[in-house]
Amino acid sequence: MSIGIVSAAYIAAAVLFILALGGLSNQEKAKRAVWYGIVGMGLAVLGTVFGPGIGHYWLLIPAVLIGGYAGYEVARRVEMTEMPQLVAALHSFVGLAAVFIGLNAQLELNHVMALKAADDGAAVEALKGFAAVLAHKTPVEISILKVEVFLGIFIGAVTFTGSVVAFGKLAGKIDGKPHKLPGGHILNLVAVIAAIALGYLYFTGAGIWTMVLMALLAGFIGWHLIMGIGGADMPVVVSMLNSYSGWAAAAIGFTLGNDLLIVTGALVGSSGAILSYIMCRAMNRHFVSVILGGFGGTGGPAAEVEGEMVAIDADGVAAALEDADSIIIVPGYGMAVAQAQNSVSVLTEHLRKQGKTVRFAIHPVAGRLPGHMNVLLAEAKVPYDIVLEMDEINEDFPQTDVAIVIGSNDIVNPAAQDDPNSPIAGMPVLEVWKAKQVIVSKRGQGTGYSGIENPLFYKENTRMFYGDAKQSLDKLLTLIR
Amino acid sequence: MKIGAPKEILEGEARVAMTPDSAVQLRKLGYDCLIEAGAGEAAGFADAAYEKAGVKVVQSAAALWQGADIVVKVREPVAEEVARLRKGQTLISFFWPAQNEALLEQCKARGATVIAMDMVPRISRAQKMDALSSMANIAGYRAVIEAGSNFGRFFTGQVTAAGKVPPAKVLVVGAGVAGLAAIGTATSLGAMVFAFDVRPEVAEQIESMGAEFVFLDFEEATADGSESGGYAKPSSPEFREKQLEKFRELAPEMDIVITTALIPGRPAPKLWLEDMVAAMKPGSVIVDLAAEKGGNCDLTRPGEKIVSDNGVTVVGYTDFASRMATQSSTLYATNIRHMMTDLTPAKDGQVVHNMEDDVIRGATVTHEGEITFPPPPPKVKAIAAAPRKEKPKELTPEEKKAREAAAFRKQTITQVAMLAVGAALMLLVGAFAPASFMSHFIVFALSCFVGFQVIWNVSHSLHTPLMAVTNAISGIIILGALLQIGSGNWLVVILATVSVLIATINIVGGFLVTRRMLAMFQKS
Repeated sequence: MSIGIVSAAYIAAAVLFILALGGLSNQEKAKRAVWYGIVGMGLAVLGTVFGPGIGHYWLLIPAVLIGGYAGYEVARRVEMTEMPQLVAALHSFVGLAAVFIGLNAQLELNHVMALKAADDGAAVEALKGFAAVLAHKTPVEISILKVEVFLGIFIGAVTFTGSVVAFGKLAGKIDGKPHKLPGGHILNLVAVIAAIALGYLYFTGAGIWTMVLMALLAGFIGWHLIMGIGGADMPVVVSMLNSYSGWAAAAIGFTLGNDLLIVTGALVGSSGAILSYIMCRAMNRHFVSVILGGFGGTGGPAAEVEGEMVAIDADGVAAALEDADSIIIVPGYGMAVAQAQNSVSVLTEHLRKQGKTVRFAIHPVAGRLPGHMNVLLAEAKVPYDIVLEMDEINEDFPQTDVAIVIGSNDIVNPAAQDDPNSPIAGMPVLEVWKAKQVIVSKRGQGTGYSGIENPLFYKENTRMFYGDAKQSLDKLLTLIR
Repeated sequence: MKIGAPKEILEGEARVAMTPDSAVQLRKLGYDCLIEAGAGEAAGFADAAYEKAGVKVVQSAAALWQGADIVVKVREPVAEEVARLRKGQTLISFFWPAQNEALLEQCKARGATVIAMDMVPRISRAQKMDALSSMANIAGYRAVIEAGSNFGRFFTGQVTAAGKVPPAKVLVVGAGVAGLAAIGTATSLGAMVFAFDVRPEVAEQIESMGAEFVFLDFEEATADGSESGGYAKPSSPEFREKQLEKFRELAPEMDIVITTALIPGRPAPKLWLEDMVAAMKPGSVIVDLAAEKGGNCDLTRPGEKIVSDNGVTVVGYTDFASRMATQSSTLYATNIRHMMTDLTPAKDGQVVHNMEDDVIRGATVTHEGEITFPPPPPKVKAIAAAPRKEKPKELTPEEKKAREAAAFRKQTITQVAMLAVGAALMLLVGAFAPASFMSHFIVFALSCFVGFQVIWNVSHSLHTPLMAVTNAISGIIILGALLQIGSGNWLVVILATVSVLIATINIVGGFLVTRRMLAMFQKS
């Protein structure tokens, strides 16, 4: 296949990728849009494989087959509650690949430089593929290439270790609490400065060891940065890593002079950046403060919470639901932990059969991944048109008879609106307390992940339905039927 | 201790302050209960029923006053009853201390403690003993029933084989507890209900009961209801004029008018004047719930029902609650019982008169030989003062235009500034970088733009599939590995092979899991 045809395939792939992302604007279009993405990827890969300068098919084909099979198995087996882990793991792969490809570029460059230095014209002419591209670069282009290699490896390494830690935290293999080494962010800063110094050495002609060392340093930064961020900030972290994996691909695209890599990397990078922005806005926190970990300083003591938590049993909840006409369910991470989404779905179905209006209110940062709750509910066969976003449903709470809060805490905390000293002051929250009655399904009396007291639990119209979400709901189901 | 309820002496008073049900609850608090024979007769509670509930029936009033440590009543005591009060005895009843100063003096002189049920402060905690509200609720309901019995037509509109019946139009003036109860009753009978109140903040409550709020177009610094404990305050003469004008306009259309306007401690304001009555259709009914305080209507004669010259019935009864004695006794007795619960913290039948308690302090008018009326203002405000809302200033079209223009200009400036900075950076890069780099850079910049435009439209609920699909397409990095795999350097080949492998996992895994997820999204 000639260069021209390969370029045509790339253009087609770029257009199809854009359509694939654009199609996600609604559920029905999205199903078609995925195919665009798949076809685009197929075109790009086939075009490259059969294009000029590719060799070692006996290695390439098994690698693709093994990778493809592994991907297929993973996609088939993964539970929807494990989606955050899977996404994080896939990010780490992109990061690792970026590191390897960056190092390769340098190795090839060394090789080409050596040939050029030996003035072996015939050997230079005989180079194939990427090496041939390198051989024709001017010294200025080589300098730029080095900057690109540096960026590709740096971002790739941060993405790799960061994603591995995020995976560990999301999968519960690493403690979700923030951990920092003594020195904290100073340590990160030192590492960044050292990495830049190594980059300078590399730029002025030092060998590949600078890049390997820099990759290790960047890896340390990624690890340390994500270790310092708590579990509930994971939506931001995962979308940030998503963005990084894109930028790493784009940087590699520059290195290799491949426009499709640049286009795709930029698309993915901006997608992750927008997701991070949306998540941060939903928590009313600055991106930097999330990444640097922990909550910002507060302006004074938080307001004292008055009143007491009133418990309710399954009979009481059943009676309340019996009388209610409109019900809004607010799911949170607790529902995912207790695997209660199927019980929620059955409950919804029963209530809807009795002619009640049942809807779901989803806060943008509910769960551990942007849109996590939507996917869980969709898996449990809750129709998506009754699952609404915060902005769509927040005004409806005053006309709602019963709001059921399942395993969420900070996203329904009225202190965000009432108490200017609260650490989450100003964060947009779901105004469940405006419903006539609020039922909170919760394991115990503790505070949420942020350690903030939730005045909702003490409100007069709030009843606490203690116990594991799934068991509580199953008990409730026997009474509703 | 013993709680006793005597028979009400006042003519026509059918209520009783203790019912068999409330007695059972009082006994649970550790009290012994006494009742005067026949006290509950008029309210439909026979002596036998009391006896069954463990209440001792006492034959004479004198014996009851003698035997009881706490006497519970409905109406304020008459002279004969005051004379029976003794030192240390507690009397709980409606008392109206502001209007009955002489009576208050006498009670003080007897050394008795008097708890006035009408003085219970209006705070949320005390709602369960707010007898005024429970009586007003009944009065509101009864007002509609009285109106109905004097009104010759249906409330609800009907289309029958014998012709069409228009719905009755009901106007409720004053949307306090009684007014809201009247609105609820009238709407549930099918009437078209209109309601008016000087407090604009009750408009929402009126509408929630199914009536239409009669809106008065009047500019005035409206007082915050919280300042007066949720009650209405006298209005300015200009406001009153405007209000009367509105009523005059409504009078010919209305079939039934229920007035409930009262201002605490003042005679009822005259709101339905003679000329308005004259303007109404014959057969219309006016029920004046404020009759006891002089009435809202000019024609009202307290305690009587009259018919005006043009055939409008004006009901001025003052005993609406007593006319539903069973219901009102049940509620009143429950209010009393709640008061006793607060007075008996240990549930041991011993009264602890805690003058630190806002509710008890507020309701107590004489205690230990002292007059304790009026009480100090309660520590807890009845209604939290609503934070003053800054009214958004009405902008004139010119101002609006100017503001929009300014916003537009500001936006333009920031946008141009950003473009200028961007362009300067580009120029800087372009000045040093070779052309081959710039051509890639253009692609990069445009892709970022396209990415931002496209991703903003992605539905929030599809963020997880979005991440999965971006995972898949970021597997495009496989191209880099593919381009390097043909190298002659073995290290490069190995690294490239590993990269191809993991990038393939990304591509296949990402796309398949996205498809799996999207297939789950189903419409109902």
